[in-house]
Amino acid sequence: MKGKGMATDLLASGQPASGGSRPSAPRSFLDVRDLRIHFNTDDGVVKAVDGLSFQLDRGKTLGIVGESGSGKSVTSLGILGLHRHSKARVSGEVWLDGEDLIAASDERVRALRGQRIAMIFQDPLTAMHPYFTVGAQIIEAYRVHNNVSKKVARQRAIDMLGRVGIPQPARRVDDYPHQFSGGMRQRAMIAMALVNNPELLIADEPTTALDVTVQAQILDLIRDLQEEFHSAVIMITHDLGVVAELADDILVMYGGKAVEYGTAETIFRRPEHPYAWGLLGSMPRVDRDVRDRLIPVKGTPPSLINLPSGCAFHPRCPYVGYNGIPCRTEIPTLAEGSDHGVACHIPPAERQRIFSEDIAPAL
Amino acid sequence: MPTSTPQTERAATRPATENLLEVSGLEKHFPITRGAFIRRTVGAVRAVDGLDFTVRTGETLGVVGESGCGKSTTGRLVTRLLEPTGGKITFEGRDITHMSVRQMRELRRDVQMIFQDPYSSLNPRHTVGTIVGAPLRIQNIPTPKGQKRAVQDLLELVGLNPEHYNRYPHEFSGGQRQRIGIARALALRPKLIVCDEPVSALDVSIQAQVVNLLDDLQRELNLTYMFIAHDLSVVKHISDRVAVMYLGKMVELAPRDALYATPMHPYTLALLSAVPVPDPSRRDKAQRERVLLTGDVPSPIDPPSGCRFRTRCWKAQDKCAQEVPPFVELAPGHRVACHFPVTDAERTPQGRMAAQHAAAEVPPDTAAEPAL
Repeated sequence: MKGKGMATDLLASGQPASGGSRPSAPRSFLDVRDLRIHFNTDDGVVKAVDGLSFQLDRGKTLGIVGESGSGKSVTSLGILGLHRHSKARVSGEVWLDGEDLIAASDERVRALRGQRIAMIFQDPLTAMHPYFTVGAQIIEAYRVHNNVSKKVARQRAIDMLGRVGIPQPARRVDDYPHQFSGGMRQRAMIAMALVNNPELLIADEPTTALDVTVQAQILDLIRDLQEEFHSAVIMITHDLGVVAELADDILVMYGGKAVEYGTAETIFRRPEHPYAWGLLGSMPRVDRDVRDRLIPVKGTPPSLINLPSGCAFHPRCPYVGYNGIPCRTEIPTLAEGSDHGVACHIPPAERQRIFSEDIAPAL
Repeated sequence: MPTSTPQTERAATRPATENLLEVSGLEKHFPITRGAFIRRTVGAVRAVDGLDFTVRTGETLGVVGESGCGKSTTGRLVTRLLEPTGGKITFEGRDITHMSVRQMRELRRDVQMIFQDPYSSLNPRHTVGTIVGAPLRIQNIPTPKGQKRAVQDLLELVGLNPEHYNRYPHEFSGGQRQRIGIARALALRPKLIVCDEPVSALDVSIQAQVVNLLDDLQRELNLTYMFIAHDLSVVKHISDRVAVMYLGKMVELAPRDALYATPMHPYTLALLSAVPVPDPSRRDKAQRERVLLTGDVPSPIDPPSGCRFRTRCWKAQDKCAQEVPPFVELAPGHRVACHFPVTDAERTPQGRMAAQHAAAEVPPDTAAEPAL
């Protein structure tokens, strides 16, 4: 349950984050290595994702957390192969069940997309076509990958709509997206994503546009379906509450890089990166007594065109230059610790001391 | 920046007895019309349908609810950006329910608003100086040291660089824009500020900055806030009292700690249990005790008879369909509109699990939008 797989993977693969040598065989169902997605713009190169590595096993959930512009959504589109080659430069490796998606041809990735990999988008109203009925869109997604008659596909669509909790699916299958409420649209999109029983499901802010009671329904649904189909799930969100609900492992992104990577338990109980401390300090808690004040992160997220030198977080970090560490000049790498990677120059023992003495009591 | 005092002491130190704003029977019905030439009214969206509440001087009243529950409409009625269909709004003892635009101008010095979207609430063609100075110009407020200086003081007050006086909104980040909106609301030194989802559009780390700023300004300038939001965690942090709305009605109004610790309306209980707990070690417990509601909020065009929550309520009985539950005080300062309020036994883990099963059994209301 608590994602022990990841810890062993990190140790066993022994893969350097920069990835210069020929990589060893992938160990996990999804193995992303040194993913870089850069965009050339008139103002310069936007390094939206810059050297990201993570692993994910079947039946497990990885939460990717970060603020706007941290590169979390670009990562998900990169795994799906949805970046245009003329606009984006994608490098690195994305191994899905032993197959590298970055090296694969467009046709091959297209065959996998919607079949073995599916995505749930944030805004179901823009992600669904307003001109076609909900049923027609689910049927299309099914028939593209399965050689079946329209009738069989339609029955499959009705079954899926029923499975995600749409009342009277046989009648609602012929409705248009605008006739669904926000929560029902999100359910319909989940039905579309799951129609081919994908092995990897990427959910990009799946509940951000929804009310809290509907959010609880949707998270419950994703949890149930994952149990049933044993899919791997990547949950992308800015909401720490949502990742805490679902994730086995958590990857915290900042400025296009992973700054902390570990089990959910570790990230919430013993976080070691000052940015993770900042996120926890910023968050009002409904389950605790009210704190006197929130402890925000000062300043604003960086521009990806002009990232700060050294550690991208250093202009906002309260510990910059701590004991003469080279925050402004050297980029920290995601050191692979026992079960826990942290991209910070502060020595691990010091980080743990700072967290337990200064940060944890104020949370 | 002012020094901080523990929030728990705030309510005690503040003179929170006097009512700054009194609202009774407030209604707003938006007519639905049909016909291109001969317009006729065929129905009404009952966005706000009979609210009674007060806002005390110096306090923060949080208003929570899901989309479409009427919380934003309430804010706009109180600031008189919308004309109420019925009911009465009294500010400092004066009836402002149907004041004209001209009469309202004077009141605007005392009642201001902060909007949700810092992108659409600032005119992109105006500089920050023009935007923040507009209230001063419109109200002919004398500025002894000049208007520019007054605006720069305001920018400094909300934590912006006064030298950015001549910049345009697009040159600022979302959090900075929200500070501009706050500076504009503060320009006239109002008594009441209605904040409509002021931090929902911001990133977590920026959200905390703005929440702290609102807190500091309240202490420094003795402001009263009506804080409208859907985020129950933020509302818990900032409010002294919290009102919960459902489908145009207030279902519960209580001191903050009482509402979060002992919710009495079944809807409040379900709403609070749905908030994700940012603690992986407690998620299994939270999920076991979560009361998941079935279906969606019914249409405000044709709300259910009696209690509006009854179609999704696991405790509903015949009485709930027949009688509108009165909004009565069941504990000191704790008002609830429910025929069968939540009991202590239902707040225990066993009680919550029983409620979870009962709530899952409620058939989802499948009625489509009413035909007009």
